[in-house]
Amino acid sequence: MCDAGSINKMSSPLLTVHELHKSFPLQGALFASHEEKCLAVQDISLSLHAGETLGIVGESGCGKTTLARMIAHIEKPTAGEIRYRGQNIFKFDNKQLKAYRRKTQFIFQDPYASLNPRLTAGEIIAEPFIIHRRNLDHDIDANLENIMNMVGLSKDQQRRYPHEFSGGQRQRIGIARAIALRPEIIIADEPVSALDVSVQAQILNLLKDLQDKFNLTYIFISHDMGVIRFISDRIAVMYRGRIVEMASNQQLFENPRHPYTRTLLAAVPRLEERYTSEERIGEQKT
Amino acid sequence: MAPVLAVDKLSTWFDTDQGSLKAVDEVSFQLNAGDTLGIVGESGCGKTVLSLSIMRLVPTPPGRYVSGCIKLSGLDLLSLSEKEMRKVRGKAISMIFQEPMTSLNPVFRIGAQISETIRMHQGCNRTESHHKAIEMLRLVGIEVPEKRIKDYPHQLSGGMRQRVMIAMALACHPQLMLADEPTTALDVTIQAQILALINSLKRDMGTSVILITHDLGVIAENAQQVAIMYAGKFVEYADVKDLFSRPLHPYTEGLLHSIPRIGGYYSRDKRLPMIPGGVPDLSRLPQGCRFHERCPDVMPICRDDEPALIGQNFPKRYVRCWKYQ
Repeated sequence: MCDAGSINKMSSPLLTVHELHKSFPLQGALFASHEEKCLAVQDISLSLHAGETLGIVGESGCGKTTLARMIAHIEKPTAGEIRYRGQNIFKFDNKQLKAYRRKTQFIFQDPYASLNPRLTAGEIIAEPFIIHRRNLDHDIDANLENIMNMVGLSKDQQRRYPHEFSGGQRQRIGIARAIALRPEIIIADEPVSALDVSVQAQILNLLKDLQDKFNLTYIFISHDMGVIRFISDRIAVMYRGRIVEMASNQQLFENPRHPYTRTLLAAVPRLEERYTSEERIGEQKT
Repeated sequence: MAPVLAVDKLSTWFDTDQGSLKAVDEVSFQLNAGDTLGIVGESGCGKTVLSLSIMRLVPTPPGRYVSGCIKLSGLDLLSLSEKEMRKVRGKAISMIFQEPMTSLNPVFRIGAQISETIRMHQGCNRTESHHKAIEMLRLVGIEVPEKRIKDYPHQLSGGMRQRVMIAMALACHPQLMLADEPTTALDVTIQAQILALINSLKRDMGTSVILITHDLGVIAENAQQVAIMYAGKFVEYADVKDLFSRPLHPYTEGLLHSIPRIGGYYSRDKRLPMIPGGVPDLSRLPQGCRFHERCPDVMPICRDDEPALIGQNFPKRYVRCWKYQ
């Protein structure tokens, strides 16, 4: 790796996840003698450095969303801890938690379901300011215009409602809302899975542009190996609640170690064999 | 060799308050026995309406078959009565959908659903159809089919449900199978299994397949011919190899370039080539070429007149673009 990711490894990590476990009780028979448990996340440890993109890849039900929700403090782990700048996020008091929530934002998969249909685009994007009582008395308007421009929306679209936008534009609103408070960490859970290919490219490029601009740290969850290849510095492959392989982008794709990673890569339908890929010309050797 | 399916200048419109939406507009193609035609396009391009038109399942009204004809082994489907069409559906043509949970009936056991199709079209009794249903489940790779046949759809995983759908679709050895995004809801490893299954069954039975998807990778590995659809029209039609080695239409080219590839390496400053803007609204189509507002190679003529789908020097290759007229 010759990207920002490796340089940052020298500094102390922004976020560390230590031996994290999460199990959900399964609904069994009413008088079942013992409670069965679903082990959603098992023994996960990782660290996240400022400005890098950690890709998390795996199939449905592998626990990647549960992990993300715990990092976002939406779900509490059964065991283990998550430290943000050295402090355990599950021991935060209300004030610290609010500050943490400002620093970590979520971008959701479904741009149709994750926006309040009764609010206009402008209200959705401005809502974080109101919740966190920022810029209440001054320049919300100027801020709003600025943010909307950054994600490729125009100011006169702020009075429109979510249903008046296309899927790609809705995802831009979701991204605008996430970056509104200048967070450090953005957790993006399958942010381009519901989008068409041509729109997917636009959103992926936008996410990279914003990362450059604000030195954002991404946790990027996807089941699409191509998308993960494009955006990640490091990648964690999850299978049945565990990380089975963690490697740099190049190592993982060019020299996958774990049999599951190989299976996953082999299952992806290829365009490469039939279509000469220009990207290969730009390929770098380490 | 006469084609199994010949679609000629088919137009399916929807009448709405905003006027007629030309969801499928003068689409023509032919499909030979045992071949797979891939239809690729982004959401709203009309690919699903095209497949529903072939099944005659477009609700009318608001839908309307404006013109054209669909011939299945010479039989003109658009001229059949609903009663006659019902004998074709499920027997000569069958369809599998994207979401197997919503296309299976949740209150009937899967065995009952498969054997119903068999009884309807092959006129056999319950015992026979029951045995045939077990055979079909075995064929699509479901283990212990004698037991599984008593399961309800919710007891099966997504991949298993799609296998059941395929068993049902192929139970009467159809000439044509329409698969509308059959693997989109599935994980990649399951997707690979399902596509391999469709391909091997297709070979054994000689069924022709129309594979509708937004995933060009799936097309590259599973189809012989491919049609790229944009705003209700075919913009390019070619053999798979030709299309991927040399895309002609700027839209096809843009689509192929905008997909991140696992074989590529993307440094931090690398961006994907992208097609600007979004798919046009069918009620507000631009004048001239439907792609001209997003096209990097736009010429003055593109804004005024719509290009025709013109054959190129290659065999069976067509493109709708002024660059090649």
